[in-house]
Amino acid sequence: MLDAYVPILIFILVAIGFAIALLWFAWAVSPSKFNRVKLEPYECGIEPLTDARDRYSIRYYLVAMLFVIFDIETVFLYPWAVIMDELLLFGLVEMMVFLGILIVGYAYAWRKGALEWA
Amino acid sequence: MIETLVVPLVKIAVLLVGILTAVAYLVLLERKVQAWVQVRLGPMRVGPHGLLQPVADVIKLIIKEDITPARADRWVYTLAPIIVLVPALVVFAVIPFGPETNVFGIRMPLHVADINVGLLYIVSIASLGIYGTILGGWASNSKYPLLASLRASAQLVSYEVAVTMTLVSMILMAGSLSMVEIVESQQARGLWFVFAQPLAFFIYFVGGLAETNRAPFDLPEAEQELTGGFHTEYSGIRFALFFLAEYANMIVIAAVATTLFFGGWLRPFPSVAALGLLDIVPGWIWFLLKTFVLLYVFLWVRATLPRYRYDQLMRLGWKVLIPLAIANVIVTAIAVVVL
Repeated sequence: MLDAYVPILIFILVAIGFAIALLWFAWAVSPSKFNRVKLEPYECGIEPLTDARDRYSIRYYLVAMLFVIFDIETVFLYPWAVIMDELLLFGLVEMMVFLGILIVGYAYAWRKGALEWA
Repeated sequence: MIETLVVPLVKIAVLLVGILTAVAYLVLLERKVQAWVQVRLGPMRVGPHGLLQPVADVIKLIIKEDITPARADRWVYTLAPIIVLVPALVVFAVIPFGPETNVFGIRMPLHVADINVGLLYIVSIASLGIYGTILGGWASNSKYPLLASLRASAQLVSYEVAVTMTLVSMILMAGSLSMVEIVESQQARGLWFVFAQPLAFFIYFVGGLAETNRAPFDLPEAEQELTGGFHTEYSGIRFALFFLAEYANMIVIAAVATTLFFGGWLRPFPSVAALGLLDIVPGWIWFLLKTFVLLYVFLWVRATLPRYRYDQLMRLGWKVLIPLAIANVIVTAIAVVVL
């Protein structure tokens, strides 16, 4: 059963090795002449006065929370979809109840303006 | 020992070389297509018709100076491109490029691994890359990359919901999560699923454009607003890794679309016996052909459509694609029960 995952494990190791080897090779052959101005963050030629990590819009958090809710509910649908041809009507009715609750929540988020960006 | 270690290693090596070549020439193809659409010639200098341009690009990226900005978080800054690249490559493990084929006298399936949760694996691994994007933007400690990485992550998670929801209707059709079985189910029905599920394909494709930050959803890389995107501070080889991952992700989207909607390695009209002549062409050639046609559509869309505004992008994702995807799942489920 788990044998099928061995090639994937090998692939992950090969991919990490490939990325590190590429970095190492490039660092070995590329020049490095540093000076202070070159190492400054890009800001259209103006010297940055403050740290870039400032506060940012709350909407990003809102989108992230909505994502967690909806994506987990979607993942619940995956096993159901696989055995749907055995469950038939029972599975259909049960999942309609589940989706119904999901849709109510979705409509609530919509009405509350959680899906608005501007 | 040979079965469990050597065979996968050889396959991975072939796949890796294939991906790198495909990415290099996809970049050239993109520049050429863009140029032709705008009545230009595109790269012409390096090699005949610019065919050696990718080689020149790779050499340039490797020998360029690789800068770590003074305010950046050194370790995370180096780790980010690796985190982006590794998932983009590893996803290819479960993509079936062809049926069992004779390779030097040995019967061999043309995929690295056939796991029974293949599609779930793709969905989950492919979205890991966003960690690299957001860490890269954060570690740069520069305003534009930080804004771009926030945009990229919000955009990815918004469209991720619609895409994963859409894939449920494909699982309903195939009754399996294994990529090989999804193709075989299309063979059994003699039907490419795109004809049964055109709406699902549309949602998947639009979501794919958004998840790979392609035009018209290329807001995280909007040059006019953000100078370069989350990799503004990156140069040299670490920029090359981001670049490689971005194009590898495009190929993943196209290859998965080929498998789910266009019958993978099957020839066109798999049920029509009169076209049996087409079986002479090996399955993996059909697969690559379909994948590159889809990739061409990616480039075509970029050359045709203007960029969305951020609120329009969010509205399309949350208020159009998600309801459509849910409706599609419900209709498909009812159809499975009734038929």
